[in-house]
Amino acid sequence: MTAASPTAPSTNPDTAPDTAPSLWPAGWVEETLPVAGTGLQLVKGGSGEPLLILHDEIAHPGALRFHRELAEHYTLYIPFHPGFGRTERLDWVMNMRDLAGWYLMALDELDLGPVNVIGCSLGGWLAAEMASMSPRQFKKLALVAPMGIKPPEGYIYDMFLQVAREFITTAFLDPESTPEFGELCPEAPEPEHALIWEVAREEACRLGWKPYMYYPGLPHLLERLNKLPTMVVWGREDGIVPVSAAQVYHESIPGSRLEILDNCGHLPQVEKADEFIALARQFFA
Amino acid sequence: MFIGYFTERPYQDPGSGYFGATGKPIMDLTVSNEIYDPKLGSELYNRYLDEKLYAEEMGFDGLMLNEHHGTPFCMGGAMNVEASILARMTNRAKIVLLGNILPIWDDPLWLVEQLSMIDMISRGRLVSGWVRGTGRESVAHNSPPPYNWERFQEAHEFIVKAWTTPGPFRWEGKHFQYRHVNPWVRPYQEPHPPIWLPGVVSRDSLMWAAEKRIPYIMLATEMEPTKQAFQLYHDTAAELGYESGSQNIGYLWKVHVDETEELAEQTARKYVQGPSNPFLAGNEGTVNPALVNLPGLTSRSRVLPTQSVATRARGGGGGVAGVLGRPYEQQIEDYTIIAGTPKTVLPKIRHVLEYIRPGSIFFWDGDGAMTHDDSMRSLRLMGEEIIPAVKEMAKELELPGPFEVDPATGKDIPQAAD
Repeated sequence: MTAASPTAPSTNPDTAPDTAPSLWPAGWVEETLPVAGTGLQLVKGGSGEPLLILHDEIAHPGALRFHRELAEHYTLYIPFHPGFGRTERLDWVMNMRDLAGWYLMALDELDLGPVNVIGCSLGGWLAAEMASMSPRQFKKLALVAPMGIKPPEGYIYDMFLQVAREFITTAFLDPESTPEFGELCPEAPEPEHALIWEVAREEACRLGWKPYMYYPGLPHLLERLNKLPTMVVWGREDGIVPVSAAQVYHESIPGSRLEILDNCGHLPQVEKADEFIALARQFFA
Repeated sequence: MFIGYFTERPYQDPGSGYFGATGKPIMDLTVSNEIYDPKLGSELYNRYLDEKLYAEEMGFDGLMLNEHHGTPFCMGGAMNVEASILARMTNRAKIVLLGNILPIWDDPLWLVEQLSMIDMISRGRLVSGWVRGTGRESVAHNSPPPYNWERFQEAHEFIVKAWTTPGPFRWEGKHFQYRHVNPWVRPYQEPHPPIWLPGVVSRDSLMWAAEKRIPYIMLATEMEPTKQAFQLYHDTAAELGYESGSQNIGYLWKVHVDETEELAEQTARKYVQGPSNPFLAGNEGTVNPALVNLPGLTSRSRVLPTQSVATRARGGGGGVAGVLGRPYEQQIEDYTIIAGTPKTVLPKIRHVLEYIRPGSIFFWDGDGAMTHDDSMRSLRLMGEEIIPAVKEMAKELELPGPFEVDPATGKDIPQAAD
């Protein structure tokens, strides 16, 4: 019951199209590298020590403000997970722990580690799984409204029973007042943008369909992060992953720091960009 | 020519205040089952079974059932239960399941067993179709849409092996694993019941059917793209080195016959009133855009001509609704609904047969807000006038069905004397 995209690229219609270079700031490099059995789409920009950004379940078409400002102090590494963007999907990756294992191999090959990391939503779940497998891979870990844990109160919002725009809108407490909302969620997305969403939704579906966007064992495995400085950031009014899960993350990771932002939805890095950037700079300093 | 009878078995409750007939808006997935009245449900299940028994009496070759989940437009949530009853209560017609929704079964050994039992109890009258299911099936049984096609193919291979290979054997697949397959049932038909495949959208499915030499049944699609899709099947068969024909293709569409033209129109308008399928033509319900666009359910790049017109940016919805949500008058115009007296209906059926040349057809009737009396009048007239005349037409047009010519070999199948 699906329709073909009218603008599917001729080479491989099952991956997203090339993003226009202008979506990334001048001087940033976007390349596709042969990494751990796939072609990894990797964007690099900024200066300073490396900071790995693991994107969320809907991916994004280019740099947002928090990327640009953090790039003034760090060299950002922004990979697109296998199956997202233009990184080819890996057939054997069928759940988040598979993906986490793959990423650890990828970081070995990229010679990235111990590295600072920010993981957002699905990317936060990914970062938490990776850290539980290999805590010494990371220097400091910031988890931003990560999926991955079954909230003790409420449920993780079912993104597959809504279209992409509805999902993204729900991720904001106040989309109208968020300057970057229109960029992330245009009323009439360009076909390329809609295809990025669709590609992302499909892979998110493979990774998190059942149980829906969590792994029951994760809270128990997070004990291994006891020596890894970890910050958990959450919007108090998160409409996607209930804030009740924040406390579980905080309690499961010994010594972790919990920052709950008021008047904020699922994307603190966008909806409260100033506060988030300040927190991140201070945490990684 | 193989002629089957089909209805979705809608849950009809004029008192519910829903389902279009009352003008209240509904959207797919939004109707709570708190309004379900089991007494009414009981009456309806028995009514639809009675109509199937009468259809056999009236000379239909096939009694077709389908399955959907969590929706008032189709009460067949466990179609194999209905098929089991028909297996015992009928004695001539094929029981045509179009079909079991393979990808949503986490344990397809249940299907191996249930379908073998239906085949034995009916003494070999089962036609076992498979479908991939719509979004609501994936949602209801929580089956991952991106793996729908892989699970479909693997379940098919597993079931056929379990039907044809002496056990015990092991199955270590990507989606299904068994260490001891040895069901204590076997299908009545050798080597196994015929497998058919209905569809509307997926090019993958159609090509797969052509590769497996399995008859492909198009469901209520418009005639021109249907013809194009069938041509794709025939071309694929030719590439694979066999000649397909009418025995390989089937078509299901809405046909209602009545005593007068006025009564026919009045009744056929009920197709698009009441709880008829909200994602098909003309219904008064509203498609849920997320449900028809579940990620990965159908390949983005490989859809059939019947859907290629539905190309639009998917992030905001769109999809099939805008294409298939056509009013009654338009459906009458393009023959996706044929309604009238036998005198006016027969030439139109002939046009469909000449245009797309199927070897199996299914009359979809008794749906939407149609009553038991509406269904029975049509069934009687179909038995008295339509079926005999269509059989003659099919002979004249040389449209053998899959029980006259083998879809896999193109060879005539010896017919038992009548």
